[in-house]
Amino acid sequence: MMTRSFKRKAIKTTGLLLTILAYLIIFSPILVIFVLSINNSTKGYSWDGFTLRWYRDLFLKDVMKEPIMNTLGVALMSTLLATALGTIFAIGINALEKKKRVQMMVVNNIPVVNPDIVTGISLMIVFSLLSFTLGYYTVLLAHVFFSIPYVVLSVMPRLKKLDSNLYEAALDLGCSRFSGIFRVIIPNISTGILSGALMAFTMSIDDFIITYFTSGAEYMNVSTWLYATISRGRSFTPAAYAYNIIIFTVTIGIIVFINLKRDRKEKIT
Amino acid sequence: MGKKLIIMNHVTKRFGDLVVLDDFNLYINENEFITLLGPSGCGKTTCLRILGGFETADEGTVEFDGKIINDLEPNQREINTCFQKYALFPHLNVFDNIAFGLKIKKIDKETIHTRVTEILKLVKLSGFETRAISTLSGGQQQRVAIARALINRPKVLLLDEPLGALDLKLRQEMQYELKEMQKELGITFVYVTHDQEEALTMSDTIVIMNQGKILQIGTPEDIYNEPNSRFVANFIGESNIFEGTMISDYLVEFCGKTFECVDKGFEANAEVDVIIRPEDFDVISPSKAKIVGIVDSLAFLGVHYEINVIVEGREYTIHTTKIRKIGDKVGLSVEPNNIHIIARKNHA
Repeated sequence: MMTRSFKRKAIKTTGLLLTILAYLIIFSPILVIFVLSINNSTKGYSWDGFTLRWYRDLFLKDVMKEPIMNTLGVALMSTLLATALGTIFAIGINALEKKKRVQMMVVNNIPVVNPDIVTGISLMIVFSLLSFTLGYYTVLLAHVFFSIPYVVLSVMPRLKKLDSNLYEAALDLGCSRFSGIFRVIIPNISTGILSGALMAFTMSIDDFIITYFTSGAEYMNVSTWLYATISRGRSFTPAAYAYNIIIFTVTIGIIVFINLKRDRKEKIT
Repeated sequence: MGKKLIIMNHVTKRFGDLVVLDDFNLYINENEFITLLGPSGCGKTTCLRILGGFETADEGTVEFDGKIINDLEPNQREINTCFQKYALFPHLNVFDNIAFGLKIKKIDKETIHTRVTEILKLVKLSGFETRAISTLSGGQQQRVAIARALINRPKVLLLDEPLGALDLKLRQEMQYELKEMQKELGITFVYVTHDQEEALTMSDTIVIMNQGKILQIGTPEDIYNEPNSRFVANFIGESNIFEGTMISDYLVEFCGKTFECVDKGFEANAEVDVIIRPEDFDVISPSKAKIVGIVDSLAFLGVHYEINVIVEGREYTIHTTKIRKIGDKVGLSVEPNNIHIIARKNHA
């Protein structure tokens, strides 16, 4: 009996240690960046005392202002456009008969599985064939392009769950085909639309490769700006670490918020 | 009955190669409670969806109040539908669900409030205004669905198996209430069901359908007492069906015996189907009977017993209030006016 309970304890402890180790490995890079973001030193990786000046710089001193505004600007606009278009596409695809619907979903999924480098280069070529000047608009177009499939993917399951008679009931009660979508379909797939929008926003903020190929020489978002700085052999301001930590915190915050909200909703129903 | 409100003329509908409605002709009177009855897949729901405007007929015309409405959108028809799974709007509460149609019509708030309160009283859901749809029972959801359709004061209400999801007791209660509502409001109800009892209790007129075709139209009594085909006889209630021969007017032969009947006008020796309802057999003593058999099984069904009697290798189903034991020898008799005869060519 003794050995048995000892064995069980040992297994339990090992399991716990492994779990902690796994989390440590996953989060250590973020931890490192976090430490660097509150480190007073500008050079190398030596600890030079605690500071919040990098965070302050970010907001007050216009450090990295342009790349950050570019990133957020494109992210907001592309999220708006991709969410609107993706929702419309999803509703349209869902209304097709089954065979066509499956075909359309395959087409929709191609950009998702397509490597970014292929998407980036092909978009660059298309833009230059159309003789578009690379810059804000081409980056925006590219981001809308790669975000739409994710919106479709997250709206689709909500649509499938809807009672197929719901839209017909709206028409029956006097809605035109158009207002039926706004009054009945959209409110009932709003969670899918919201998570699609979040996904599109994250994808856009996150993107480096496609932006790199479609932005030209002048226009930079945070990731291409960081890349350019490093490749010129210069070290960038630690404010970049602060930026990363803020983005990370906001993301985690949103995820925790959504999960808490969902938990509460499930408890009610 | 009033005037003809809806006329379906030679309506045909195909899904791919499948003909769902086949040259369908039907008229529906004002204030009528008409039931489309048939097995699943017989086209009854499609017929309803064509009336509602959710499907378009491939051929033929649908007339409403003298106008052809084939190309009208659902929202342009004075017809409302009560869907099979209710299709209530989950994002709205009871009040807003019911008020939906009125809000679309931009009716002022006060009128909406009075009319919703009124109709909630009618469907016995007063006080449920702010409840979420997901907190309602099946029966309550059903009532909300009916209220939501009726509040628009349509000329016709289409109901697609509205009671299918309810338990027996609730279903019977709702059958009664629906019928009462229909009488009170004077609205034409077009009701779809595969439940023959439901059809018999509620309808003014029953339309029996199979494979996209109408087999028989008539009052519940007509359809039950004078089925025009084997299929109808089998579908509406239970039946014993025998193959027989018309010897002459008023005389039919089946199961090797000759019986008096009330039918005439068949050719001599015409092949016919003879239909006898289980409750139309009388159980008498074997010595006086033309048909004698052995009780094979029996089941108590509440009001009566259902017994199966084997006569010369054939099974007869009989409903009787007299108790018999398995293995008993019984005699069966049938009154001439309870023998229904159908020409054999009517086979469905």
